[in-house]
Amino acid sequence: MAITREEVRRIAALARLLLDPADEERLTADLDHILEAFARLSTLDTSAVEPTAQVEEDRTAFRDDVAANPPASEALLANAPARDGRFFRVPKIIE
Amino acid sequence: MSALEPVIGLEVHAELLTRSKIFCACTAEFGGPPNTNVCPVCTGMPGVLPVLNRRVVEFAIRAGLATHCAIAPSSRFARKNYFYPDLPKGYQISMYEAPICTGGWLDVLLDGGTKRIGLTRIHMEEDTGKNIHDAHGDASLVDFNRSSVPLLEIVSEPDMRTVAEAGAYLRMLRSILMYLEICDGNMEEGSFRCDANVSVRPVGQAAFGTKVEIKNMNSFRAVEKAITFEIARQTDALAAGERIVQETRLWDADREETRSMRKKEYADDYRYFPEPDLLPLVVEPAWVADVRATMPELPSARRDRFTRDHGLSPYDADVLTQRKDVADYFEAGVAAGAAPKEMANWVMTELLRMVREDKLDRALVIREWPLTAEQLAGLARLVQAGTINRNTAKSLIPRLRGTSRTPDELVAAEGLAQVSDRGAIERAVADVIARHPTQAAEFRAGKDRVVGFLVGQVMKATGGKANPQLVQELLRAALTG
Amino acid sequence: MSALHDLSLREAAARVRRREISATELARDAFARIAAVDGRVGAFLTLDEAGALATAAAVDRRVAAGEDPGPLGGVPIGVKDIICTAGLRTTAGSRILERFVPSYDATVTARLRRAGAVIVGKLNCDEFAMGSSTENSALGTTRNPWDGARVPGGSSGGSGAAVAARECHAALGTDTGGSVRLPAAFCGVAGMKPTYGRVSRYGVIAYASSLDQVGPIAREVADVAVVLEAIAGHDLADSTASPRPVPSYAAALEGSVRGLRLGLPREYFVEGMQPDVERGVRAAVAELERLGAAVEPVSLPHTEYAIATYYLIATAEASSNLARYDGIRYGLREPRPALTEMYEATRAAGFGAEVKRRIMLGTYALSAGYYDAYYLKAQQVRTLIRRDFQLALARCDALVTPVAPTTAFRLGEKTADPLTMYLSDIFTISVNLAGLPALALPCGFDGAGLPIGLQVIGRPFDEATVLRIGHAYEQATAWHRKGAPL
Repeated sequence: MAITREEVRRIAALARLLLDPADEERLTADLDHILEAFARLSTLDTSAVEPTAQVEEDRTAFRDDVAANPPASEALLANAPARDGRFFRVPKIIE
Repeated sequence: MSALEPVIGLEVHAELLTRSKIFCACTAEFGGPPNTNVCPVCTGMPGVLPVLNRRVVEFAIRAGLATHCAIAPSSRFARKNYFYPDLPKGYQISMYEAPICTGGWLDVLLDGGTKRIGLTRIHMEEDTGKNIHDAHGDASLVDFNRSSVPLLEIVSEPDMRTVAEAGAYLRMLRSILMYLEICDGNMEEGSFRCDANVSVRPVGQAAFGTKVEIKNMNSFRAVEKAITFEIARQTDALAAGERIVQETRLWDADREETRSMRKKEYADDYRYFPEPDLLPLVVEPAWVADVRATMPELPSARRDRFTRDHGLSPYDADVLTQRKDVADYFEAGVAAGAAPKEMANWVMTELLRMVREDKLDRALVIREWPLTAEQLAGLARLVQAGTINRNTAKSLIPRLRGTSRTPDELVAAEGLAQVSDRGAIERAVADVIARHPTQAAEFRAGKDRVVGFLVGQVMKATGGKANPQLVQELLRAALTG
Repeated sequence: MSALHDLSLREAAARVRRREISATELARDAFARIAAVDGRVGAFLTLDEAGALATAAAVDRRVAAGEDPGPLGGVPIGVKDIICTAGLRTTAGSRILERFVPSYDATVTARLRRAGAVIVGKLNCDEFAMGSSTENSALGTTRNPWDGARVPGGSSGGSGAAVAARECHAALGTDTGGSVRLPAAFCGVAGMKPTYGRVSRYGVIAYASSLDQVGPIAREVADVAVVLEAIAGHDLADSTASPRPVPSYAAALEGSVRGLRLGLPREYFVEGMQPDVERGVRAAVAELERLGAAVEPVSLPHTEYAIATYYLIATAEASSNLARYDGIRYGLREPRPALTEMYEATRAAGFGAEVKRRIMLGTYALSAGYYDAYYLKAQQVRTLIRRDFQLALARCDALVTPVAPTTAFRLGEKTADPLTMYLSDIFTISVNLAGLPALALPCGFDGAGLPIGLQVIGRPFDEATVLRIGHAYEQATAWHRKGAPL
């Protein structure tokens, strides 16, 4: 087994996805199937190979430290599923 | 059970004083109505991308050079993935395997001498927004003004062994960042934050004990109290045969204790991976050299110079050089003619008291002082010359505040000059002895302490203006003669 | 024939510039065509007739005033619904953004506008660009204009279908593992994935950040070149966008392929390929030889690892990119009294099965204990795959391959087993892993009359050579002239 149901539950919690038992079963089977197929990767010797950091080469992109007027923030708030004045309103966070 | 020693490491997050945020052009300045300093990038809208503010890198290089770190020629941003309402993208752009600075140190001054505390790493990351609980308690409200403000994370080696060392390290680090003008060092306002890692182990053991992370300390005092508490808690627990659980604990300032956070079902797994939306950060030697050329004199160098050039004690020099503006003020006073020790005294007692009371030290650089350096130096010179006594000088402070008058003017205008005329004092002394025969007899009988009362009476008789040393001298002479 | 919507993009733009037709006429014709056929094709999720006509009117005013309307002046163009358009609903084919209206344009959208394009609407796609058939869209079904029982390809299926059905003269799609090239091939049109970094990704809803690129789809290679030139180039808002200057792709088209060296990777002619597809591609290769190109076999030995490599890297990046869809600031929210329940219910309701599967796979690949074996390993193998291409392209100016192992399959045919669907990408995904430019164009039809796609893969930032090869082949064979029977 490349992945267990318990692991699927843990991953779903990390990804904040609610899975019912049928979903869990289906996903466990799907992921197991896919990961088995990917097992071939482990046979390659990559000990001397650098991971691809970025397809582009050595340059870095920068901005200057200039504050510009942000675009109308009302437009951003307008998409809010729930608002309280100028705040985004969210269900209580339990500490 | 053998003696236990504490092992302390500190992790500091410093908000940087750039004009704009780290990955977008929104202002990084504090304030403004909620959700006004925001744009699609710092609110994690679909399709947006980060672009790195060059000045943040410059500040990181400055901090690294000031703490003797190696500056990596190539470093990499990484995503730290977790869900929280104040984290708009569901990940924080930070650095993980390849930080920009590594392997530094700083020396802190302690009672017994100096100690070198190692720095593991310094890296850049973005701040989160802020959650506040709404009035009714059934919801939270989120403001993204602070989202993506640049932070430096500075991680020390677990080199501290006492609370005093931890405090000294934290103060020195804060001084350095303020001297570099990259952070205003304000713990109360959250621009300088500290988490502590605390463990204990038997003295002489090489392996570390289980470490506990402490969060939510909002002042220097809180840091010291929290670490003290935690060391005691762990020591007591081990003595009682318990194991220390590796966990994060919050400092409760009201109850003055650390307490466990609520346990989560699955531990957080941040799934760090290199940020694909940002290219590797290339820092050429020429850039580092440019930054090095603009570095100011750092607090420890200035402190050493004060000890050498002004003959101050290491402790006094340390206090005076914690803030660059205070150090500048002190030197301006010396330049205006005050003797260094005298000026140091006035700065450390009167000036810093007023600065703290008025919360002037919340600013990175104090521009408006309660008294100018020239005014305070003027007071110091008058006391040095014996023209007025210390109490008189102190009483002039409220009268000079906020005015452009000099102490010399004030003393002259009101005839406040100390009475140092021997004859006048002798007459006052004689008068006081005559009116207090009991105390005079007690003194002659060997009760030396009573001279204080008699000196006080002479001071009263002379309207507080007599030269106190001269009064002592003449009083004793009269009593014993 | 010769309705306005049958004109090539360049011809339409030229006629507007010459004042032979107005932009308004072109726009009205496009909407009439859409009304006539989109009921059967299902390419569009949102139409913006008012906005399009307003833009067209503005173009007409500029032309009347003697001003240059821009290289795309007056031309009706569709935009994949994964690309943000200010004021116009942008859904990424997902319920979680079903009502989302961005207040900002993607950079490519802004560049289309600057070039005078008339944006007619938003095109259907697999949810969050995850898919090879557009069957993963939560908001509609798109059918192949050549055969309504078949898929248009994916994930930019709406873009491929709309162009093939002549509902617009060109469309923007995005390509992460073949999502521009596969629909182009299945729909018998031309589509290009540029070199990674050639076109800005700002405002393009992210699937896999190190693989995504915006690419144009049009009926002719020359049209693809014109659109590409308009959208390509440096962007300060995208750190990964290259500052290299953009050559004139249109000017680069003319030129013979004589003397060019073309490589045929042996790993791309596999068992299990539809025989007609292999025949069609080999015939195309023979045609290129006839035109003067030299063809030689090459090897890309790590091809067999490409699917696993792609699906680990892409899903890992996607699992992170899709974390922002949490019901807090925009999009769908399933109200719940507690936060964690709200997150979980929102994402369960908002994401479809394929998206959930990829988020799970990607989260797993990054998770503690598995990062080295999966994500890191995949990034290392990616380096090996890139090296294969570097070596092959050191000897050859371009590589020629099929786009897919089959022609368009039936709706529902591959949805039972995710791996079967993933294998449709087998010839396209390595190109994204290597960040190379690649063009798909028609090279014939199979026994059922379905288009076969030819792929030309080039060196980094050498779109010009790729387009030149495609253009020369296209002009010599004229497959593109046969339109879908709608």
